[in-house]
Amino acid sequence: MELKLPPLAETGETLTGAEIAIRCLSEEGVEFVFGYPGGAVLFIYDALSKQKKVKHILVRHEQGALHAADGYARATGRPGVALVTSGPGVTNAVTGIATAYMDSIPMVVITGQVPTRAIGEDAFQECDTVGITRPCVKHNFLVKDVNELAVTIKKAFHIATTGRPGPVLVDIPKDVSQQTARFHYPDKVHLRSYSPVMKGHGGQIKKAMQLLLDAKRPMIYVGGGAVLGEASHEVTELVRLLDFPCTNTLMGLGSIPASDKRFVGMLGMHGTVEANMAMQNCDVLLAVGARFDDRVIGNPAHFAAGNPTRKIVHIDVDPSSISKRVRVDVPIVGHVKDVLTELIALVKAGKDKPDAAALAAWWAQIATWRAKDCLKYDRASPIIKPQFVIEKLWEVTRGDAYVTSDVGQHQMWAAQFYRFEKPRRWINSGGLGTMGVGLPYAMGVKLAFPDADVACVTGEASIQMCIQELSTCKQYHLPVKLVNLNNRYMGMVRQWQEFFHGNRYSESYMDALPDFVKLAEAYGHVGIKVEKPGDVEGALREAFALKDRLVFLDIITDQTENVFPMVPGGKGMSEMILAEDL
Amino acid sequence: MRHILSILVENEAGALSRVAGLFSARGYNIESLTVAPTEDATMSRMTIVTTGSDEIVEQITKQLNKLVDVVKVVDLSEGRHIERELMLVKVRAAGKDREEMKRTADIFRGRIIDVTDKSYTIELTGTTDKLDAFLEALDKGAILETVRTGVSGIGRGEWVLKA
Ligand SMILES: Cc1ncc(C[n+]2csc(CCOP(=O)(O)OP(=O)(O)O)c2C)c(N)n1
Ligand SMILES: [Mg+2]
Repeated sequence: MELKLPPLAETGETLTGAEIAIRCLSEEGVEFVFGYPGGAVLFIYDALSKQKKVKHILVRHEQGALHAADGYARATGRPGVALVTSGPGVTNAVTGIATAYMDSIPMVVITGQVPTRAIGEDAFQECDTVGITRPCVKHNFLVKDVNELAVTIKKAFHIATTGRPGPVLVDIPKDVSQQTARFHYPDKVHLRSYSPVMKGHGGQIKKAMQLLLDAKRPMIYVGGGAVLGEASHEVTELVRLLDFPCTNTLMGLGSIPASDKRFVGMLGMHGTVEANMAMQNCDVLLAVGARFDDRVIGNPAHFAAGNPTRKIVHIDVDPSSISKRVRVDVPIVGHVKDVLTELIALVKAGKDKPDAAALAAWWAQIATWRAKDCLKYDRASPIIKPQFVIEKLWEVTRGDAYVTSDVGQHQMWAAQFYRFEKPRRWINSGGLGTMGVGLPYAMGVKLAFPDADVACVTGEASIQMCIQELSTCKQYHLPVKLVNLNNRYMGMVRQWQEFFHGNRYSESYMDALPDFVKLAEAYGHVGIKVEKPGDVEGALREAFALKDRLVFLDIITDQTENVFPMVPGGKGMSEMILAEDL
Repeated sequence: MRHILSILVENEAGALSRVAGLFSARGYNIESLTVAPTEDATMSRMTIVTTGSDEIVEQITKQLNKLVDVVKVVDLSEGRHIERELMLVKVRAAGKDREEMKRTADIFRGRIIDVTDKSYTIELTGTTDKLDAFLEALDKGAILETVRTGVSGIGRGEWVLKA
C-alpha cells in the first residue's frame, strides 16, 4: 500500500514494538482493551502494565473479549479494541470478529503471532491468522517490520472507522513486539486504494426528492447504517417533515423514536403487519443504510414481483449493498447523514409538498393493518409471558436502558416490545446471529456508560455460551442486569421445529440446566428466580435498585410461546403467519 | 456473459488470495486469472475472466473495489479491447503425423519451440477462441500436455488503466 508519510520525526523516542502498539492505542484515545494474554503477546502485556492510560479488561474467553469490544463500539460509536494471543487465542476470537464484521462494527483487533522466523514451521500456537480471518475482516495486516508497526496501526484505525465500518486485524509476531524503532504516530494516512465515497451525487439526490414528493404510498426503511452513520436525527427530521411512515430493521431500531406515530415498528421475518405490508405495497421506497437482506424482505423475487412498479431510492455508503438483492431505481452512494441533510434541505427549499390526499388515504390503509394488533399476546396468562417481561423491563427502566440481547425468541421479543427512543441503545447480533454475545455486550456497554442502566435480555441456552464472563463482571464491578427468559428450550429452534418439522423437537430441549440463582451467587452476584407474572415487576425493580450489584433474574416463562408475526424462510413479506392464524 | 476484468492491486503479500477468496466465498466463477507486476513495482495487474449475468458482474466489480488492496477495476468487455492468451502444447509428432502437425501449427501461426524425434512443443498466442480452435484441429490422441496462461487483456487506443 502506498502511503504519503509526513516527514519522519527524527526526535521520536526509541520504543519496543510492544510499547509502540500500546502508545498507538493511547494516541487513538482508546480507553479499554479487552483481551487475554499468552506467549506471543507477552511483550505487549508487559508494555501494558507499564502505563495507565489504556485500561485492560481481562475476560475469561477470547470470544468474550471480542464481543465486549464490539458491544463497546456499538454503544459508543468508537472503535472497540481487543488483544489476543496467537493460535487458539485467535481461533477463539474468530466468532467475535465475524459477528462484528456482519454488522459493520468498527474494531481493531491486535493478535500475537509466532516470531517471524518461525512462521510457516507449524510452530507452537501458530496459525495462519491473516488467512483464517481474511473473509471476516474489513482488512488485515501482518507486520513483519517494527518500523511499519505504528503506521499499520494508524491504517487499521482509519480503515475500521471510515466508509462502511468493520473490524481490522493487526497480527504482530513476537519478535516484532520485542524489536525497537523510533516511534512516530502519523496524524493521517492516505491509502490510494481506499477512499470511500462520502458525498452523495447531487443529481441523484434531486431525483430522489422528486420521487418522494410524487409518491402516493411512500415508505421509509431504515437500517443499521443509519445508526452507524449517526443519522438518526436526520432520519427523524425527514420522516416528520414529510409525514411518511417509517420502519426500522432489527439493526436500525432507535434511529427514529419508537414513540413517533409515524414509526410502524420493525419489519422483516418478525416484523409487524403494518411495516411489512407497507413495504410490500408502497409505490416509493426510500432505503437508508439498509441492505434488503433475507431476514428483512424474505424472498427477493416475491418482493419484486408482488409490486413491479415500486420505485426504490437507496442511500448507502457501500456501493456493493446497492442493487445486491433488489434492483434499485435511484442509487445514492454516500454517507447517510450527509445525503439526508442535503435531501432535507432540498425538500425545505422547494415549493412542492407531498400529496396530502394520497398520503391521508395511505395512512388510513396503514391504520387498518395496525388495527390487526399483530403483537398482541395473552396478558391474563397465569404463566409468565416473555413479552410481558419486556414490557415491564421497559416500564421499570423508563425506556431508557441500554438493552443487549442474545439470539433466539427472546431477542425478537426484546426488539418488538422494548420501544427504543434512541439509537445505540439496542445492542444485538443481527447479521451473524451469534448466541453468547449478550453478556459480553453488556460488559462493553457498562464500561462505556457506568451510570446507565444496562440490561441483557437472554435465554437459558444463549447465556451458557459466554457465562464465564460473570467472573469478569465480578472483577471489574460491572453491575449489569441479566433478564433470562427461561423457557427451557432453544425456543427459536423449537418454534421452527413446531412450524416446519412436524413438532419433532430434536435436541432443542435444554435439559440439565444449572440453578442460575446459585450459579450467579457462586460468581459473587445476586440471583433471583421469578415464577409468577405478579412478581415480575417487583423483581425487576429490586434488580435495578441494587445499583452496584450484578443481578441475574431467572424468569421462568411460557415454554410454548412463539414469536409472531412470522414470515417463513423463502416466503414473501406479505405472507406472514399471525398468532391468530394458528 | 463472459467478462474480462482488469484489476490493479497493491503488490502486497496476500492480495491475490483476497481476490481469489472473494470469488470462492461469494460463489463467483473464475475462468482464468493472471497476475504479474506492472511497470510500477508497487502494483500488480490482474486479468480475470468470469461469467455471469450483468447484475452478478456488477456485484463482482463492486466487491472487488471494496477490497482495500484493490486500486482499480475495469470491465474490459464493456469497451474495445484486445485479449491474448499464451499456450504451450506438447504433441505426439512421429512418423507420417509429423509433417501434418507442423502444417497445422503453421496455419495457426504457432511456433515449434522444442523438438524430439517423437514430439513437438508448440507455442501459440491468441484469443481464447483461437487456442480452442487449434486444440480442436488436433487429433485428441496426439495431445500430450497443454499449458495455458489464461487471458491477459488491455484496452484499445490511448486509454490506459492507471492508479
Ligand atoms: C452460536 C450459535 N449456535 C446456534 C445458533 C442457532 N440458534 C438460534 S436461536 C437458538 C436457540 C436459542 O435458545 P435460547 O437462548 O434459550 O433463546 P430462546 O429462543 O429460547 O429465547 C439456536 C440454537 C445460533 N444462533 N448461534
Ligand atoms: Mg430458551
